[in-house]
Amino acid sequence: MAYSEKVIDHYENPRNVGSLDKQDAGVGTGIVGAPECGDVMKLQIQVDQKTGKIIDAKFKTFGCGSAIASSSLATEWVKGKTVDEALEIKNTDIVNELSLPPVKIHCSVLAEDAIRGAIADYQSKQQAKQPQAQSTGSEG
Amino acid sequence: MSLTFPIYLDHNATTPMDPRVLEAMMPYFCEKFGNASSRNHAFGWAAEDAVSTARGQVASLIGADAKEIIWTSGSTESNNLAIKGVAEMYKEKGKHIITAVHEHKAVIDPCKRLAKEGYDITWLEPDHTGIITADQVREAVREDTILVTIMWANNEIGTLNEIHEIGKICKEKSILFHTDATQAVGKIPVSVQDAGVDLLSASAHKMYGPKGVGCLYVRRRRPRVRLTPIIDGGGHERGMRSGTLNVTGIVGFGAAAALCQQEMDKDSARLEQLRDRLEKSILSQLDGAAINGTPEKRLPQTSNISFAWVEGESLMMAIKEIAVSSGSACTSASLEPSYVLKSMGVGDELAHSSLRFGLGRITTEEEIDYTIEKVVAGVNKLRELSPLYEMVQEGVDLSTVQWAEH
Repeated sequence: MAYSEKVIDHYENPRNVGSLDKQDAGVGTGIVGAPECGDVMKLQIQVDQKTGKIIDAKFKTFGCGSAIASSSLATEWVKGKTVDEALEIKNTDIVNELSLPPVKIHCSVLAEDAIRGAIADYQSKQQAKQPQAQSTGSEG
Repeated sequence: MSLTFPIYLDHNATTPMDPRVLEAMMPYFCEKFGNASSRNHAFGWAAEDAVSTARGQVASLIGADAKEIIWTSGSTESNNLAIKGVAEMYKEKGKHIITAVHEHKAVIDPCKRLAKEGYDITWLEPDHTGIITADQVREAVREDTILVTIMWANNEIGTLNEIHEIGKICKEKSILFHTDATQAVGKIPVSVQDAGVDLLSASAHKMYGPKGVGCLYVRRRRPRVRLTPIIDGGGHERGMRSGTLNVTGIVGFGAAAALCQQEMDKDSARLEQLRDRLEKSILSQLDGAAINGTPEKRLPQTSNISFAWVEGESLMMAIKEIAVSSGSACTSASLEPSYVLKSMGVGDELAHSSLRFGLGRITTEEEIDYTIEKVVAGVNKLRELSPLYEMVQEGVDLSTVQWAEH
């Protein structure tokens, strides 16, 4: 099947490949997927704890070109956003941006889940650290 | 010699037609266009002569008599005709058929259809080598077994089943033996006499002939095999396959068979050496790379390799100037990992990480060296991207990880 130009671009020049220190209190890590399913994504965010903004993001992905492109795009999009803003990224936005065909929609779902996983991890670290701190507003 | 792109290394899917085959076919399009069944004029006779020459050429390649060749549209039809034709013809004798789980879909699906119609199918499973043994067949045989259908060489991994030994058992027990030899004919010596085969499927386009033509070998003596046709009509091909003969295609199939017979030894020795060079170089440069199927009993020009911690489709993108297959071509549109590899006990994650390299007559040493370089670079690049590789480097045992599955 033919890939869109944007998928090929992200595949050939993946943005933000790498790892952040997962022990760091300002880092949230999301790992989603399973090797048997052919996709595993690891997405990490670094949050500036004063401003609440995501100042860095890294990923590593085992999967097809669309999975790599979806996670690469996700790291680009979350950077500079607040945690709450990042939660608004929907898998359909990724599908549209990368022109993913129907069989590859699950790649975008995984990327959305990876963002949510990273944010949830960050938030649980924050709560553990400051049990009586002010609410970040994103916990329902 | 300079390389031209893309490089074709998917000869198990199809082969380019040999220009000499095209040359043989050319007169039969516009000049000698007769219907081989027109017995009463020169146009028909010319076509019939050409078909008869081709019948001899194909028969000679597989050690058969020319009268035992039934022309079809390809191996899918041949397999359907053999399996359904025997099942219908011999149903009074029994309704048990033996086959294997890692056959081609063109064998699996006719068997599944028969199962729905009340036949009993035994599905043999290979071990990690991918080979179906004669002992497995012997244990599965019953009083009411009418047919054993086991492929000669597997299309994804190239391994050779114990065809000669299975043939012997079928002879002892008076059970018909069909083999889908699509991948073997033209590549390695195939003799229906030596192997005790009663029915054999072959296809022209897998051996440098045209697409859309194949044959079913149907034994005429000891035993005389009968089939119920699946296409009714003018009674062509001894009544087993009606339909005006595809004269140009048949001429091409014959010419391709003659070339394979002449050049098989030379081709297979050369390709085996290139295949081994490909495997040795890749395996020596990459850990976590492994050959699927036994390295010994295999087609000379096929290699199936798993690359742990990288995914096959993304690896194909990394080597996009090289045409290979991830899983078999028939299923590569789906996201399911190869059922052939799974049946041999290759884990799902490695089945997702496998490529099939199919070398052929046009393959050059330069192409193989380029492929080695690209594959090694591609795997290394993707491992840099792979969270699994990172975990393994950190000493994590991936089998102990709780994955958030979808």
